[in-house]
Amino acid sequence: MSAIHCRDLCKTFHQGEEEITGLDHVSLDIEAGSFVALVGPSGSGKTTLLNAMGGLDRPDSGEIVLGDTRIDTLDQGELADLRLNRIGFVFQSYNLVPVLSARENVEFVMQLQGVGAQERAARAEAVLAEIGLEGLSGRRPAELSGGQQQRVAVARAIASEPQLILADEPTANLDSHSATQLMELFVHLNREHKVTFVMATHDTRVMRYARRVVSLQDGRIESDQRTPEAVE
Amino acid sequence: MGAGISRLAWRNLWRNRRRTLIMLAAVAVGVWAMVFMSAMMRGMVDEMVRSGLEQLPGMVQIHQRAYRDDPSVVNSMPSPEGTLQAALAEPPVTAWAARVRVPAMVASARASRGLTLLGVDPAAERALGSVPPTISEGRFLEDEHDRGVVLGQRLVERLESDLGKRVVIMSQDPQNDVADRGVRVVGIYKARLPGDEERFAYAGRAALQELLQVPGQVSEVAVMATDYRRPQALVEHLARAAGPQLEVLPWTELDPFLSSMLDLQDGFSLVFMVVVFLALSFGLVNTLAMAVFERIREIGLMQALGMRPGLILRQVLLESLYLLLLGLAVGNGAAWLTIKPLESGIELSSVARGMEMFAMGATLYPALYWRDMVLATVVVLGLGVLASLIPAWRAARLDPIRALNSH
Repeated sequence: MSAIHCRDLCKTFHQGEEEITGLDHVSLDIEAGSFVALVGPSGSGKTTLLNAMGGLDRPDSGEIVLGDTRIDTLDQGELADLRLNRIGFVFQSYNLVPVLSARENVEFVMQLQGVGAQERAARAEAVLAEIGLEGLSGRRPAELSGGQQQRVAVARAIASEPQLILADEPTANLDSHSATQLMELFVHLNREHKVTFVMATHDTRVMRYARRVVSLQDGRIESDQRTPEAVE
Repeated sequence: MGAGISRLAWRNLWRNRRRTLIMLAAVAVGVWAMVFMSAMMRGMVDEMVRSGLEQLPGMVQIHQRAYRDDPSVVNSMPSPEGTLQAALAEPPVTAWAARVRVPAMVASARASRGLTLLGVDPAAERALGSVPPTISEGRFLEDEHDRGVVLGQRLVERLESDLGKRVVIMSQDPQNDVADRGVRVVGIYKARLPGDEERFAYAGRAALQELLQVPGQVSEVAVMATDYRRPQALVEHLARAAGPQLEVLPWTELDPFLSSMLDLQDGFSLVFMVVVFLALSFGLVNTLAMAVFERIREIGLMQALGMRPGLILRQVLLESLYLLLLGLAVGNGAAWLTIKPLESGIELSSVARGMEMFAMGATLYPALYWRDMVLATVVVLGLGVLASLIPAWRAARLDPIRALNSH
């Protein structure tokens, strides 16, 4: 069963009079529970594809179906609800709310979902414990290391129990030790929670954890490889 | 989500503590200025109205129905008795006086002048506050049977008369015959408005009734009560007691100019508050715009996480609301603390002559009205939230991708 299905996506950007191709007739089918890496050099279209799959950006043409919902035709409010309830995001630069503690950051999306205070707190504490941040839940982002902040962002993404987690260069700002820890966490969550992970990266350390590597070049899929030898 | 948004808005407000404190101080000073100036204005207008009511006199007057068209002794009424007298003895009436008020001439050996002759009961007039404020020479009337007359300083000068000299007062009796009598000047008064010194002369009520041959008849009953701003209930109460032959009117109808002072003051307060706030609003909008500008990435993140634009709008508006509420609390509190000690009066003797022009004394009594604090609060909150809509709307309309990629 497909977690997300993209068909014939095209996206063009305009920079002054220059026209830049973001996606050029990209079709991709990602199975539920899979762990996919989108790789390629800068400007290859991996972030554009990730944004389109996450409902943050609209393709010029083509269609995207998340589960059984076609998302490229939804309005802004419906897309916001879709992102809130079905998609988790992990960004390159941690992107935590600085005035909230680690636990409050994790609770934030659940609050938007309308989860009750007690359940929210229990789930946040459980997720933080699962990713190894127990005891740090009261700290603000500025009091955490880069690796710890990225873990909080992951905790926030999984606490809302999404079908799909989209991660854009999640290890780009981490040292190799933290990057390894994060990827091991992703693998663990993918295996334990059956969450579908799609990562955009050009970090070779990350690629070896993916069970499928989709390579993009100039907005087109250049290769699509299954990697049964992925690190477990 | 309400609690979460509120907490976030509160914490965001204190991210840039110095900027918030500066804006908070600006709002507080603005609110203080609004309330303080209103209290000063209220004090001035209160004084003018009270002074006017003492001159009128009274908050409510009762006349025979034809008296206002023809204020002669023919249109007099009986002194209050029975149900009307009982109604005048009840709260909110604080004092009342029945007086004879007729057009008259006063003549000395050298000159004569037309004026309004008031036949009064001194004790009742004192309770009403309508006796002349200063007796410069001699004395005021002792009782309603006093056969002397009290004239204004300027009138005495015009008549080239003096204390203790005799003058002749002339008026018409109900048969339209001239009624006159020689009387002694027993007192000379100074009025707040010099013109009044030539317009009014005081005689004993019973003595004047005897001269005009209208025993027990008066021209008007002047009534003072607790709150001059709300005379209507009293008017209705007294009208029921007075019966259909008599006309009961509030001061707002008797002296529309004086009444318009209140409306003018309310309008001026509102305009002043709006002007002060318009100056403040530039700072407020700038503060919020900067706060939004500094958090563009964060707002993009919230949108990416599924926060609807309406919630982002609410969050920014809440930040503004907190700032305004804090400013209002501090400003209103400061106004209360600075006005209360001044309510016993501010001495303005250096500009006393200018104050007299407005029928005011040399002391200004600021009056803090809750309605002014409420008005300032409504103006600041209403216009403040309106002004905050601009940055809040911009924040809600940000494109999440661009916002996330901004630096």
